[in-house]
Amino acid sequence: MANAIEARQLDVGYGGRQAAVKVLAGLDLTVAAGSFLSILGPSGCGKSTLLRVVADLLDPLGGTISVLGETPHTVRSRRDVGFVFQDSTLLPWRTVRDNVRLPLGVGQRSLTRKIEDRSTELLELMGLGGLSERLPHQLSGGQRQRVAIARALLGEPKLLLMDEPFGALDEITRDRLNDELLALWRRSGTTILFVTHSIAEAAYLGERVIVLAANPGRVVKDLDMRPFKQEGNRCKREAPVIVAAMADLRVALERAS
Amino acid sequence: MRQVPLSPQMTVALPVLGAASILLAWQYLLPLLGVPAYIVPTPTAIFGVFQKNFTLLMDNLRPTLIEALAGFVIGNLAAVLLAVLFVHSRVLQAAYFPIVLFFNTIPILALSPIIILIFGLGMTPKIVIAAVICFFPTLVNMIRGLDSASDNEHELFRVLSATRSEIFWSLRLPRALPMLFSSLRIASATAVIGAIVGEWIGSDKGLGALIIQATFNYQSDRLYAAIALSSSLSIALFCLVVLVERRIIKY
Repeated sequence: MANAIEARQLDVGYGGRQAAVKVLAGLDLTVAAGSFLSILGPSGCGKSTLLRVVADLLDPLGGTISVLGETPHTVRSRRDVGFVFQDSTLLPWRTVRDNVRLPLGVGQRSLTRKIEDRSTELLELMGLGGLSERLPHQLSGGQRQRVAIARALLGEPKLLLMDEPFGALDEITRDRLNDELLALWRRSGTTILFVTHSIAEAAYLGERVIVLAANPGRVVKDLDMRPFKQEGNRCKREAPVIVAAMADLRVALERAS
Repeated sequence: MRQVPLSPQMTVALPVLGAASILLAWQYLLPLLGVPAYIVPTPTAIFGVFQKNFTLLMDNLRPTLIEALAGFVIGNLAAVLLAVLFVHSRVLQAAYFPIVLFFNTIPILALSPIIILIFGLGMTPKIVIAAVICFFPTLVNMIRGLDSASDNEHELFRVLSATRSEIFWSLRLPRALPMLFSSLRIASATAVIGAIVGEWIGSDKGLGALIIQATFNYQSDRLYAAIALSSSLSIALFCLVVLVERRIIKY
């Protein structure tokens, strides 16, 4: 299968080509299609920036990047990419259902691929069936993130980018959403790039975990988690191999900070 | 010490009682203190004007109502359109916003004679004055409102490949509505002020003209009745704005 992402010597920064601030420098990264990649790193290491380059929200200063074998711009224009932000970014004046249906209302003109209204199915899938007429302020934090994920999935993206989506949730809700996300991923075959601050979350979710170091951002650890997991990226959170991998990641993260 | 909150009945009853106590004091205490009726007429005398001169009051309310409403609509509409232009063209905003800012520092009373010189003595100058007075707060609020969507919200729309007009209708405009309505509330009162100021300077019709005439003729009960009517007009406009706001903004 082709790779979902191939980045070579990627330089990303702010303030033009002669930028003093390089957020990512010489980053090499290959992500297999259909895989689940967790990205760990200290604040300011460029985790979110990497997602923004992949989503065509930010242009790299140098190097090359191909997404699903094409330029990030092509992929975004075709709407093959979904993005979930840390704050759910729901529009407060729209009901839950209308938030999920946002991709139907915008971007259709530039679209080469029509999106079907699967909102009912997705709301059921995310356990939001009874809440579809609620407004965002009537939901809990976990419910809001579920809506944001449903919205990102409406267009059946081949690539799902998640920027600390569960960072603001309590641990129980976070664990539950982790399991739901894994179930979704197994079913859809979507490639997921998942940025997080939590070592446990990264290890539990990822088939592979990379650790980025800051100033400038680069990959300092690349850990294949598949040997520690069973079929379908399944594992127990407390399994000794997972705990050992977490310790390994913690050392890398401490060095990177 | 934390105060015990009032019961719902009390929150309704207390303002009514407060107003009633002031009206009673006004009715019975002021004459006892020797305040002459040509300076402060009693509430019953003012209410009497509404019975005696109802047609006169209504004949003068009508032009003021039309001027205030027309000024409200034109001024706010112009402000909204200019705000839309400004947020889509930073160049235009940089070039012309300071001029608008300067224009706003001219007191409306100083500006009014010029407007009357330009537009003559009919209803038009009053509408223009009411429009000018509504214009600025709405422009500033609308610009801020249209720019108030977060970076993440803009990124979300970019990921969805939204066009500029889709971003405007689905993000910027709904984001701006709460701020627009807060300036419309202010404008509901200022539009009436603008119409009345315009009538003071040159008119023989309208509540403003009635106020001036009643003052010069020492018809203070009529003067107070005209004032009460102007304030009722502002309140009615304000309530209308709030009503529309509640229908539109539900979050």
